[in-house]
Amino acid sequence: MSEQLKVPTMAEYTAQGKQPEVLFWVGCAGSFDDRAKKITKAFVKILNKANVDFAVLGAEESCTGDPAKRAGNEFLFQMQAVTNIEVLNAYEIKTIVTTCPHCFNTLKNEYPSLGGNYDVLHHTQFLRNLLKEGRLTIEGGQFKGKRITFHDPCYLGRANNVYEAPRELIQKLDAELIEMKSCKSRGLCCGAGGAQMFKDAEPGNKEVNIERTEQALETQPEIIAAGCPFCNTMMTDGVKNKEKEGKIAVMDVAELIANAEDL
Amino acid sequence: MMNYLPNLIFAVILVLGIGVFARNVQRLIRNIRLGKKVDASDNKAQRWKNMAKIALGQSKMVVRPIAGLLHIVVYVGFVIINIEVLEIILDGLFGTHRMFLEPLGPAVYGFLIGSFEILAVLVLVAVVFFWLRRNAIKLKRFLSAEMTGWPKNDGNIILYFEVVLMCLFLTMNATDMAFQELGSGNVVSQYIAGWFSGVDENTLHIIERSAWWLHIIGILIFLNYLYFSKHLHILLAFPNTYYGRLKPKGEFNNLEAVTKEVMMMMDPNADPFAASVDDNEDEPEKFGASDVMDLNSIQLLNAYTCTECGRCTSECPANQTGKKLSPRKIMMDTRDRLEEVGKILDSNKGEFVDDGKQLLGDYVSHEELWACTSCNACVEACPVSIDPLSIIMEMRRYLVMEQSAAPMELNNMMTNIENNGAPWPYNQMDRLNWANEK
Repeated sequence: MSEQLKVPTMAEYTAQGKQPEVLFWVGCAGSFDDRAKKITKAFVKILNKANVDFAVLGAEESCTGDPAKRAGNEFLFQMQAVTNIEVLNAYEIKTIVTTCPHCFNTLKNEYPSLGGNYDVLHHTQFLRNLLKEGRLTIEGGQFKGKRITFHDPCYLGRANNVYEAPRELIQKLDAELIEMKSCKSRGLCCGAGGAQMFKDAEPGNKEVNIERTEQALETQPEIIAAGCPFCNTMMTDGVKNKEKEGKIAVMDVAELIANAEDL
Repeated sequence: MMNYLPNLIFAVILVLGIGVFARNVQRLIRNIRLGKKVDASDNKAQRWKNMAKIALGQSKMVVRPIAGLLHIVVYVGFVIINIEVLEIILDGLFGTHRMFLEPLGPAVYGFLIGSFEILAVLVLVAVVFFWLRRNAIKLKRFLSAEMTGWPKNDGNIILYFEVVLMCLFLTMNATDMAFQELGSGNVVSQYIAGWFSGVDENTLHIIERSAWWLHIIGILIFLNYLYFSKHLHILLAFPNTYYGRLKPKGEFNNLEAVTKEVMMMMDPNADPFAASVDDNEDEPEKFGASDVMDLNSIQLLNAYTCTECGRCTSECPANQTGKKLSPRKIMMDTRDRLEEVGKILDSNKGEFVDDGKQLLGDYVSHEELWACTSCNACVEACPVSIDPLSIIMEMRRYLVMEQSAAPMELNNMMTNIENNGAPWPYNQMDRLNWANEK
């Protein structure tokens, strides 16, 4: 279990004159947030197990600029974008995988017109591809028959029409995938998007994450699966607010797979 | 000469009705053009396809099956019954009576009119349901703060209009003795005809003529009511779906003016003391939007297209949890302010005179803008491809880049990104520490 993670950096690869198959863009949450770091590690464990030739930017990575852009600060966003693009292009990056739908959306859609053209994948898409290519096998194991509901991250689902990749992975666990009444293109936001993560909500009669957690609880899940570090935080807080943290786990799809494989 | 008097009166009414409508359309186009130009010449095939599917095919209406099906009934009724209006106009101009009967023959003509009559009844039924939904059932999305006063009345007025027009159409057929004697196509009106059995021929003719005239005059009034109503969507849904967003919903545009400045700052060869690159530009471009003229033409078209159905607002996470933000209100505010600006132009020979008001602040509050999670639920929900989120983002851009008026916590977040490349105060050098933590 506690085998040392192999996390090579682009600098190391370049020093050896090699190019990895894919760059893993960790993102700010994945690098610094205690809960999100677990998702990062789970994903790396899977990459290690599948012998994926990947690298990270490490200290050369910087915020994509997503929260600045959604807050309205186009200057800061473009400064971040241009700086990141310089680094990515210097390393001649072709393919990027990321565990954060916000990074995914920004890198995929908003970098090209600033000179950054990459093939960008969300980790659930990347894992599904590994599965299809036979480089990764998933066995149900401990999740067999468990009731799992998937919360669609807005920036993966509605923003980029990726609905099936995470669901296919969950079904591979032999789990019972139960849909919330508003799911896929009608999925309710967790409340963190558009830079809301970093501020208090405006006055209202409820927090958005509580509303969404209630919708998730209606499906009587054993696990609420997420595909975004921010959604994960919001849903975890919601479950705690409902005092269900002992019974219901909020887990990223990568964590489900890593746990199933006993990594 | 006297024989031609009805034709003449008809022609005058027709020209007047269409003339006033044309003038309103002109004003509409002028107002929409107050917005910034936007290039939408790409992907023509996809755009036509979207228009056919979403506007003509009503594909997004049926996401909510009850309202969707009722709407399709009224929509199909409206479009198809208008074939009858063509006959009415030609009859009116040439002084003929049911001029399509002879060339089409009683069977085909009867089939057409019969279909119209059935549709008219279906429209009446749908309108009753719509009225109940708006006034009796108390559906949440019709009770929001922005749905009082004119918007509420407007919704009902249109329903009453439909009832009157459909009743006049059926009465016109029922009291047309020649048509009833034809016995083809009077599938519904034959039952109404029974109500007039005691009426003498002369009176019957007068009723028939009155219904005929009121029906066509009603349609012309309806046509001219459109401009003042949410009902403009019956026309604008088509261009609006054509110009609708084709890119992924998550892709927000990159401001070109910002790109120029950023590229210059990043260019080691740039002369920091050089004058602005655009010497011919007299003032620097404003970032974001504080008023309708700062938005682009598609966003302004969006505002006129909105029919205030409120699907956006009912899907909005902020609105669902009691926040002030309502995407529908953003669209209504944009339209109302644009109308206000249009009136200023009208009364000042086309010149805009600052009235001390603007969209941001006077119509849309900061609180509404900051409540948005940018989740795109409103954009997804709109049955006619309106994008309220893009307007919210433009106003946030103005608040942050022109006024430095972001909420304090967001300023902290942005300062962190600026200083250490993350929204939280962690060192960029520590970004890989997780790899070595247990």
